[in-house]
Amino acid sequence: MRIGKSASAANTDGSRLGVPKTYKLYVGGAFPRSESGRTYAVRDAEGGFWANAALASRKDVRDAVVAARKGARAWAKATPYNRGQVVYRVAEMLDGRRSDFADLLVTGGADRDAALAEVDASIDRLVHHAGWTDKLASVLGSTNPVSAPYFSYSAPEPTGVVGVLAPTGSPLLGLVSVLAPVLATGNASVVVAAQPDACVAIAFAEVLATSDVPDGVVNVLTGSVAELAPVLAAHGDVDALDLTGAPAELRVELERAAADTVKRVFVPRTAPDWSAEPGLARLRAFLEIKTVWHPTGALSLSGGGGY
Amino acid sequence: MTTQTTDRPAPLSAGWTYAPAPENAAIAAVKDRYLPFVDGGFVEGRGEDAETFNPGTAEVLATVSQSTTDDVDTAVAAARRAYDEVWGPMSGAERGRYLFRIARGLAERARELAVLESLDNGKPIRETRDFDVPTAAQHFFYHAGWADKLQHLGLGAAPRPLGVAAQVIPWNFPLLMAAWKIAPALAAGNTVVIKPAETTPLSVLVLAEVIADAGLPPGVVNVVTGAGDIGSALVNHPGVDKVAFTGSTAVGREIQRSLAGTGRRVTLELGGKGANIVFDDAALDQAVEGIVNGIFFNAGQVCCAGSRLLVQEPVAEEVLAKLEARAQTLRIGDPLDKNTDVGAINSPTQKAKIDELVGSGVAEGAQVWRSSCPVPERGWYVAPTILSHTAGSMRVVREEIFGPVLTVETFRTPDEAVAKANNTPYGLSAGVWTEKGSRAMAMAGALKVGVVWDNTFNRFDPAASFGGYGESGFGREGGRAGMAAYLEDQS
Repeated sequence: MRIGKSASAANTDGSRLGVPKTYKLYVGGAFPRSESGRTYAVRDAEGGFWANAALASRKDVRDAVVAARKGARAWAKATPYNRGQVVYRVAEMLDGRRSDFADLLVTGGADRDAALAEVDASIDRLVHHAGWTDKLASVLGSTNPVSAPYFSYSAPEPTGVVGVLAPTGSPLLGLVSVLAPVLATGNASVVVAAQPDACVAIAFAEVLATSDVPDGVVNVLTGSVAELAPVLAAHGDVDALDLTGAPAELRVELERAAADTVKRVFVPRTAPDWSAEPGLARLRAFLEIKTVWHPTGALSLSGGGGY
Repeated sequence: MTTQTTDRPAPLSAGWTYAPAPENAAIAAVKDRYLPFVDGGFVEGRGEDAETFNPGTAEVLATVSQSTTDDVDTAVAAARRAYDEVWGPMSGAERGRYLFRIARGLAERARELAVLESLDNGKPIRETRDFDVPTAAQHFFYHAGWADKLQHLGLGAAPRPLGVAAQVIPWNFPLLMAAWKIAPALAAGNTVVIKPAETTPLSVLVLAEVIADAGLPPGVVNVVTGAGDIGSALVNHPGVDKVAFTGSTAVGREIQRSLAGTGRRVTLELGGKGANIVFDDAALDQAVEGIVNGIFFNAGQVCCAGSRLLVQEPVAEEVLAKLEARAQTLRIGDPLDKNTDVGAINSPTQKAKIDELVGSGVAEGAQVWRSSCPVPERGWYVAPTILSHTAGSMRVVREEIFGPVLTVETFRTPDEAVAKANNTPYGLSAGVWTEKGSRAMAMAGALKVGVVWDNTFNRFDPAASFGGYGESGFGREGGRAGMAAYLEDQS
């Protein structure tokens, strides 16, 4: 197999033999190979060999869901301020690897300026979401003026484990735009990377792994979306699905599978425009509103309180 | 004067009885026959008539003309026309005025509706009179106020309605569920085709009269009648933009499956298996009242019923003894009697399901306590039942019974209580009984449910969002989140 010129930065001038990276999965905070041992060749824009990526299996999906469930507990318990700091840290780490990611995007076919713009937009998107974590409850929640002697409030909580199919087209910005709202709302996720974008997705997982994101909060699988997505959609311990990146021919099947455990399914109503303001819809999609009632009674028993 | 023990009032068990205090059934003005409400008129359905029964007596109450799939087509077309021509373009303030009128109209016919609801559903008049009907009116009043304030919901500067809403509601709170569904849909600017359950269509058809009397433009609200096949035709109708369903998880799942890939907005309010958690520091007498309310309100035919009692071990025996003593005082019988606490089960089908599940609990080793209060010979009744010594693996603990049947498990630590409470695919409601505020709040945070009641149970208000986690469905009703279910999110 011809080694594409992009396979390793060091081999282009022939001065030394490069060390091309094998892109593995990101599960539970570690970078394991697929339990199946399978890999597939990711191609660069010119059709040359770029790298080997792990071809994840159904078992890898199940392992990732187990890891995500563990991660979900830790992440939901983190304070909103802490979650915001961690998401901001992801932005910082991405900024630190700005030119690396631009190189990856160029290898994937973007021109240099567009690649840099995409990396910058991705950093900005993360910063935007870092600022959401400690505001969601005040924007989406309420105290409820109920007509009885109770203090009643409604507040958003993370849904739990979200299965995310990353979109194609903008390898980094698309991935960050679907992941950031899931992360900022306190959910854990199992992300199936877009098949051609495995290198960018796993490179971004390296950013996550060095950003104080607790193990298991984000898990990234690479491989065949058609093979992995149905397993994720049917998994009983997945609470919600983001089908933004679902291939059109799979969408009905995936939604049907999701119905078995009444999963929340997010499908954008129109083709997403990643350059637009992100808005609230993606945040709302992975939150549950919980209402709590607490008796207020009266200051003094002689007042005859409600409780 | 000396007081001797013999002068004290004798306990109820010594012969004191309540005199019958029945509400007058004539107040309901039950007609022989009812028609679906389509495009502003009460029109013959094209199906064969069906009968609706009085569960309190098992006698036929009225005949109801049944809609067919053709009638569903007509109703959806009427709703579409009304949406395009009248209701969609109308100002929010104007829509709100119609909704306020409906709220008033319901209040004016409250007594009639309460009696009618008791007759058709079998629930006690005390509940329909004090809860179902007034709360239904309140829902219209509350949502009327939103109609001209949609820009303040946080969904964008001018959030758009979805279009035609198909709504299918259950038999346990027929009028109230209709109000929960219709009021936010109309306030947001949608039009509605609603199908009440086949066993309880009457109060919704009287609501249609109230709506007609309020002068709502034809087609804004349509009521079709029929069973599951008509419900299925309605939610799958290609002319529908939004589906709202309240009912069983099995049917909800089927609806979600059948709508896969359509892009149609769906909200589902499904089953539950709510835990009612009593800590050893709770005010036990109040907790017992809450347990009774949680499981015997509407004879337990409530999706958010507190059907699993989890009681901390040091007080388990005491709570169970108090609970059985209290439950024994509940009066089961004529739904129209103002002294009745527990009315009839809505249908023989539902009674058979409850009986079958209780039987399975016995077979799996649960210990059964059942009220000895005499049950009327006619009608469909189940006496309050408490199954203790149950385990999380038993069907009675896992499956929604939807009847006056409580299971009892014990726990030692708060963590164990949370683990047991959350050990269900459902996630609708839970109750927590403790005098310790911090523990109540921590429990509220840990329970994977849409509604938590601290030191109370079964509280509802249109201003407070209601809905479930997990297989209890998705979407909320009431409050801001409830309005969001009927609008495009442009935020």
